[in-house]
Amino acid sequence: MSDFETVAATENQAARRGPSGEPGAPNQVGAAQKPRSLAGDAWRDLRRKPIFWISLTLVVLVAAMAAFPGLFTANDPRDCVLARQHAGPSGGAIFGYDFQGCDTYSRAVYGARASLLVGALSALFTGLIALLVGMTAGYFGRWVDAVLSRVIDIVLGIPLLLAAIVLLKRVNSDSSTVRIAAVIFVLAVLGWTTAARVVRSSVITAKEQDYVAAARMLGAGDSRIMLRHILPNALAPAIVVLTIALGSFIAAEATLSFLGIGLKAPTISWGIDIDAGRVHMRESATPLVVPSAFLALTVLAFIMLGDAIRDAFDPKLR
Amino acid sequence: MSHSVVQPTPASPTPEGGHLLDVRDLHVEFRTGEGVAKVINGVSYHLDAGETLAVLGESGSGKSVTAQAIMGILDTPPAVIRSGQILYQGRDLLKQSEEQRRQVRGKEIAMIFQDALSALNPTFPVGWQIGETLRQREGMSKSDARRRSVELMDLVKIPAAAKRLGDYPHQFSGGMRQRVMIAMALAMNPKVLIADEPTTALDVTVQAQIMDLLADLRRDLNMAMILITHDLGVVAGVADRIAVMYAGRIVEHADVRSLYRAPAHPYTKGLLESIPRMDVRGQQLSTIKGLPPNLMRIPSGCPFHPRCPYVQQVCVDVVPHDLVLGDGRTSACHFAQEVRDDSAR
Amino acid sequence: MFRFVLRRLLQMVLAFFGTTLIVYALMFAGQGDPIQALAGERPVTAAQRAYLTEKFHLDQTGVGGFFYRYFDYISNLLQGDLGQSLTGRSIVDILTAAWPVTVKLALIAMAVTILFGVTAGVLAGIRRASIFDNSTLLLTLLVLGIPTIVLAPLAQYFLGVRWQLFPPTAGADPDFYALLLPGIVLGSLSLATALRLTRTSVAENLRADYVRTARSKGLVKRRIVSVHVLRNSLIPVVTFLGVELGNLMSGAIITEGVFNIPGVGFNLFRGIRTEDGPLVVGIVSVLVVVYLISNLVVDVLYAVLDPRIRYE
Repeated sequence: MSDFETVAATENQAARRGPSGEPGAPNQVGAAQKPRSLAGDAWRDLRRKPIFWISLTLVVLVAAMAAFPGLFTANDPRDCVLARQHAGPSGGAIFGYDFQGCDTYSRAVYGARASLLVGALSALFTGLIALLVGMTAGYFGRWVDAVLSRVIDIVLGIPLLLAAIVLLKRVNSDSSTVRIAAVIFVLAVLGWTTAARVVRSSVITAKEQDYVAAARMLGAGDSRIMLRHILPNALAPAIVVLTIALGSFIAAEATLSFLGIGLKAPTISWGIDIDAGRVHMRESATPLVVPSAFLALTVLAFIMLGDAIRDAFDPKLR
Repeated sequence: MSHSVVQPTPASPTPEGGHLLDVRDLHVEFRTGEGVAKVINGVSYHLDAGETLAVLGESGSGKSVTAQAIMGILDTPPAVIRSGQILYQGRDLLKQSEEQRRQVRGKEIAMIFQDALSALNPTFPVGWQIGETLRQREGMSKSDARRRSVELMDLVKIPAAAKRLGDYPHQFSGGMRQRVMIAMALAMNPKVLIADEPTTALDVTVQAQIMDLLADLRRDLNMAMILITHDLGVVAGVADRIAVMYAGRIVEHADVRSLYRAPAHPYTKGLLESIPRMDVRGQQLSTIKGLPPNLMRIPSGCPFHPRCPYVQQVCVDVVPHDLVLGDGRTSACHFAQEVRDDSAR
Repeated sequence: MFRFVLRRLLQMVLAFFGTTLIVYALMFAGQGDPIQALAGERPVTAAQRAYLTEKFHLDQTGVGGFFYRYFDYISNLLQGDLGQSLTGRSIVDILTAAWPVTVKLALIAMAVTILFGVTAGVLAGIRRASIFDNSTLLLTLLVLGIPTIVLAPLAQYFLGVRWQLFPPTAGADPDFYALLLPGIVLGSLSLATALRLTRTSVAENLRADYVRTARSKGLVKRRIVSVHVLRNSLIPVVTFLGVELGNLMSGAIITEGVFNIPGVGFNLFRGIRTEDGPLVVGIVSVLVVVYLISNLVVDVLYAVLDPRIRYE
């Protein structure tokens, strides 16, 4: 169940900020230099990081696989012939065949689509919920904030995997569209809290800036201030959090599918294939190892990407 | 181990003609990813037993860094001490081993900091923190250290000291916290007390109380004190001499009275003119134009020249030496005489 | 302190009713045939149908009926009556047998976490930006990025089946050795998180103002780090470990499932696979309670450790 906690744990670190160190250090260092934006600094920093490039390449590669699996393999992942059970590599099936006699590599390539779809859409919906709740709570404060913060606390207090099990058990349809939608729904409903907290705190910070006060004095309305002045500030930290969350959502989808309550055949999912490969690992390990590697590398890529971006934006703790 | 109330330290033995503490031509840099910041550029000042030296300057002028260099608590990296000497009772602290320097800290030279809330450990009771020095450094027993902590808290006038021993820093008011900080610094009867902006974080009324307390303690315990501040108002009643710092240099050095009467550096003059005065009505408060210099690119010549009303070509080209003006006054300005004469007028 | 605990206790009771209500509502509300919902796609025998109707008071209808059934379920839960699984075994009996194994496994995982994670985290925090620090950071990133459904089967295959360093599966009544590999797999994630958290916390505290004060008191570096810095940096770490122990207790579903360890998570795993609704509901309900209690314990622990909270 701890896959879900990864998100929370890494994000908490993002939210942490240390007491300012080095008193007496030259405060005005850089004050008179050419003005540089935080984003510009972060980009200069990112460009030099091999981890950033490696993870970005992986992300692009997986995205391409999801969009155009035909570019990576000519074999049909659903073309399974029992006679080829656990057969060695041949004719484009570079990793051989699995228990059902399907092309292991081709299945892994086609598995990217469901994973990425679930991950991206969950992150998108999570982000929307988080922005809505976080901005409302942060901007209006008072009792609105109090109520929403308690709601966040309660949802955060629900053990995610257990709740996902309970929710998904109710979906009896075997239609792959319905199941994918259900998994996305469950992940978004349960996974928005940390991002909402991050948005809330950055909104509170932004709200206290002078230019917001100035805008208000000039007669700008709440919705205008929120859209023009506060949203841009809340967006960057939220995107960083969501990049990492995207990786965790992919892991979560695979975990649920592995347990048999997420996606189901005929949808091709790494989680389902890992479970199948696990059962027959003694006869042949490649059907276990290949989808495992695809899943692990994809999740890693997103987490490392988010981690690198966050480090670049928050250089305090390096 | 004596458990009586703090005894005045006998005037410290200093070598023939030497000072108790003597900082000579100190250079410190901060090396960061952004570049090298020259934080201290040849600072020299001295302190004799029983006197109070005020070190004055804006934040970033290097006054705190100098103090931390004396204490040996600079974070290295990023700080690097390039050159100079810090003589304490004639011995160069910079040449001593870390262990020798540790012995000096707290026992010979103690320091109190600006923000007592963050400078005290939030997770230990104040009594424990005061007593820790005594237990660790003097080998006192727990109960002795406790008793002595109460004495010290009484000494800095914390009411009901014995009852508050077990309280945590966040349970005290700002002024009381600073008193705890002072009690802790006094635990081993140091000969020198460095007070780094001790009142900056406090309310105005409390500021005065703490300054009075420090002045009284300094006198009663016969310590020498370095008072670091950016507030000229704080200095007047307490200090004997003032050293004004700018861009990591001492720009003016004088006894309090003559400095107030006639500052001999345009920077000091600017500082004095920016204080509102009670005795003059309808005055025009002047400010020093411009910003403090970027320590990675200190201006050529006199570092103050871009902000100086007296600026001439020579100020851009030539770094001014300390000009001796008599009465032990110095000013690092090419036009020190003129500035002083202007001010005296 | 007493008031703090009392307040938290009240909050927990509220959270308990809230969460169980949600769980219960999700399980039963709006279902065409709640019994079929419990059983999933399995055919339900007449005897089972009669038992479930009686058990969950399914003959009552409407919102009132729902709350009637909910409070029935709560009072049963509080009395320790979780009913029977579809296989006819008492769920309490199943849990009683499973619990010790899960606790053993969780403790092994926790020991691994503390022994390696916290220690390495302290070292990395002290030597920030050193080779040790950078390599542990990279390593923990790898561990954090590899899902358990990858880690557990691969560890089982390579360390258990291929190189035969550990027993690949645990089976009934497992000994310490059989639980070691699953314990490490289970603990690896908490280990990585604990390491990062410790590192950040130590590094942050090393730069705190009170460290400078401690240095100016002339304390030796060892003491500054081991007393002042550790006391402060371990507060969030201990809190995290507490939450994590709760998580580990509430069933390592994947790890127990993969390694065939007959603990709570394994039974939940099997309940999901065999579509045994009552078993899943029963176990989830108990786990939610465990989770809530462990969170309460952690909060109290936090207050004990951090005087700033204690005296609020």
